[in-house]
Amino acid sequence: MFGPLICKPGSSKSNKTGPWRTESRPKFLKKDCIACNMCVLVCPESCISGQGKNTYDFDPNYCKGCGNCAAICPKKDITMVKEEGTQ
Amino acid sequence: MSKTLFAPGHTACAGCGQSMAARLVLDAAGPNTIIVNNTGCLEVFSTKYPESCWEVPFIHSLFENAAAVASGVESAVKYLGKADTINVIAQGGDGGTADIGLQALSGMLERGHNILYVCYDNEAYMNTGVQRSGLTPFDTNTTTSPVGAVSIGNLRPKKPMPEIANAHGIPYVAVASSGFGQDLQRKVKKALSLKGPKYIQVHVPCPLGWRHETNMTIQVAKAAVETGLYPLIEYENGVLSSRRQIAPKPVEEYLKLQGRFKHLLNKPEEIKKIQEIADNNIKKYGLKAEAQQA
Amino acid sequence: MKELLEGSMAVAEVVRLCKPAVISAYPITPQTHIVEELARIVADGRMNAQFVNVESEHSAASVVLGAVATGVRAYTATSSQGLFYMSEVLYNIAGMRLPVIMTTAARSISAPINIWNDHQDVVSLRDSGWIQFHAEDIQEAVDLHLIAYRLGEDKSIMLPVMVCMDGFILTHGLETVDMPSPEQVDKFLPPYKAPYKLDVENPLTLGPLVDPEYYTEARYALNKTHEEALALIPKLAAEFAKVFGRTYNGLMEGYQLKDAEKVIVAMGSVCGTIKEVIDELRAKGKKVGLLKITSLRPFPANAIYDALKNTPKLAVIDRALSLGSFAPLSAEVKAVFFGKPKKPKNISSFVVGMGGRDITKDSIKEIFRLMNGKDKQAEFIDLKPELLKESYD
Repeated sequence: MFGPLICKPGSSKSNKTGPWRTESRPKFLKKDCIACNMCVLVCPESCISGQGKNTYDFDPNYCKGCGNCAAICPKKDITMVKEEGTQ
Repeated sequence: MSKTLFAPGHTACAGCGQSMAARLVLDAAGPNTIIVNNTGCLEVFSTKYPESCWEVPFIHSLFENAAAVASGVESAVKYLGKADTINVIAQGGDGGTADIGLQALSGMLERGHNILYVCYDNEAYMNTGVQRSGLTPFDTNTTTSPVGAVSIGNLRPKKPMPEIANAHGIPYVAVASSGFGQDLQRKVKKALSLKGPKYIQVHVPCPLGWRHETNMTIQVAKAAVETGLYPLIEYENGVLSSRRQIAPKPVEEYLKLQGRFKHLLNKPEEIKKIQEIADNNIKKYGLKAEAQQA
Repeated sequence: MKELLEGSMAVAEVVRLCKPAVISAYPITPQTHIVEELARIVADGRMNAQFVNVESEHSAASVVLGAVATGVRAYTATSSQGLFYMSEVLYNIAGMRLPVIMTTAARSISAPINIWNDHQDVVSLRDSGWIQFHAEDIQEAVDLHLIAYRLGEDKSIMLPVMVCMDGFILTHGLETVDMPSPEQVDKFLPPYKAPYKLDVENPLTLGPLVDPEYYTEARYALNKTHEEALALIPKLAAEFAKVFGRTYNGLMEGYQLKDAEKVIVAMGSVCGTIKEVIDELRAKGKKVGLLKITSLRPFPANAIYDALKNTPKLAVIDRALSLGSFAPLSAEVKAVFFGKPKKPKNISSFVVGMGGRDITKDSIKEIFRLMNGKDKQAEFIDLKPELLKESYD
């Protein structure tokens, strides 16, 4: 007999950490983006993707709103805005 | 979603430097990788049953034995004739590496296993509540080296883990930082191209334990490097072969960003001592960019 | 093929025949000869194994954990302090359901430090989840290793197994052993096929954090698997008999039990001495017998009950203590009969042979004599009162 023992790969995807955001979320302006990929490199949640200038965006299902993408963007093309539904 | 082997949905704190670094290490290593992890933040937030964010084979045993378990994995891989195609990476925090895990790490390095050991250095036992470790810097406020009426915080300097690893005579030792992600990935790729034991120590800011805003992770990591307090270096076959050159900033630029150092900001004598540590690093590793034209 | 062999050499040879891929151990008296012999075998190219000389027992156990987790067969050996040093890893291995096989040369525990044989080290690990076998002689030690690999690696079991042999007595003793042939071993023991492992073709996460919602069931399953092993062990022993021609029950052995009025329950090499005493006493008309326990874990409670329910007097020999309470084996044997319709009139507990003190035939005869009286509670045999004092000065 076996009990809880082993996890399947990537099974964390079922845990949507989006609801962790309480204050702010990133907004990808898609204006001055140079596709440097720094936001992708930096995101702890692996939830930013894009291919080519002005195509980058985040996945609200997982983003925890840490703000590192906005902090790192060399073109200030990402800003942090109030999370929807907050005062 | 960008293609990554470190899936989202893990329960790391927002802005966790270690989760940034772990993903970069894993993606640099690629899918033919077996990860062996010590107990710590990374293991706890990435493998809470039934969820795991690892898309590669992963094993966690105990707090201090990743290097030894990895030695067993590597021996099995060798036996199976797959030593040339499979990366074995052992990982741990500063506690699991420099303190409780030092014996197993030393044995692994001495035996010459083909394993890359990555130490995620957030400078305290973060997972159990920010207690001081052998890699906690001088004067740091932690829960077991707290600032108080008769205490200034942790009284000991960081254990020189990169030099300890290097003293084992291994082919490659490197120091990296969450603040310099591409440099980290370059160092991981370089390490994995070499045979034998390799050690990479990554400086990973912890917003919770270091007391800084979640969006400051990269800035704090960069400041540590740019003040000379966390030199980014490489040793190859025992010899210092590279250092990231800096235009040194005063250590206050780093200390003032974090709550764990705020008790120092009105103590110039203590800041002087920390500046000395930075200056010694700059001298020892040749960090100052020569002939820096304005 | 029959050979005169030192116990350690016989065990090293049977391990060689089991073909582990990874061997890792740290030297500790009296296990050293086993591991040194395996090192010689590997150095001579007579075995294709990765021999990993680790810096401690904690790492030795961790290395074999990692190897078995990667889907290959592994082996380690230890004793006493080494067993305790790796104990954290041993509980971890059992919990992770990895079939590591280990020889323990049973030895006393410090303090005081003593390198000679008793059961304190292995009996203290009975809660770990490891299957624990005790060998009476070198032949049995050899055979139990084969059964251990076959049992541990069974897909329905997937548990680690330790084969305990009394330190020095069996590890350094000489005996004529019928060593199995490679063909026989290959017939009985197929290659290890891991149902779960670290494999880049099929990635899995082993050893996750398990919160209160899930932990209980993991441990329940471990316990249940020990029950399942109880049923499987005699079946494997029967298969073993077909291949090797030697018959074991696997869980225990009754010697002259049929009409016995007084039975000693014991484990390990002392059983050989007890059998000789029984032969002598039986020749004089005394109705005495022995129940040798081979499997301490899983504990064959039902089988013990069936074997001894009609026996008037039992004496349980413990060569370990549970300091502050009942001697461990005697407590478990007593528990077998609680609440049952039939039970012996007396169950006495005796402690003998601690720290390598010789258990002579006279010691055994003393036990047979003493069990005539009322229930004894941890009566020490061969105690030297002249060494005891009220205060240290």
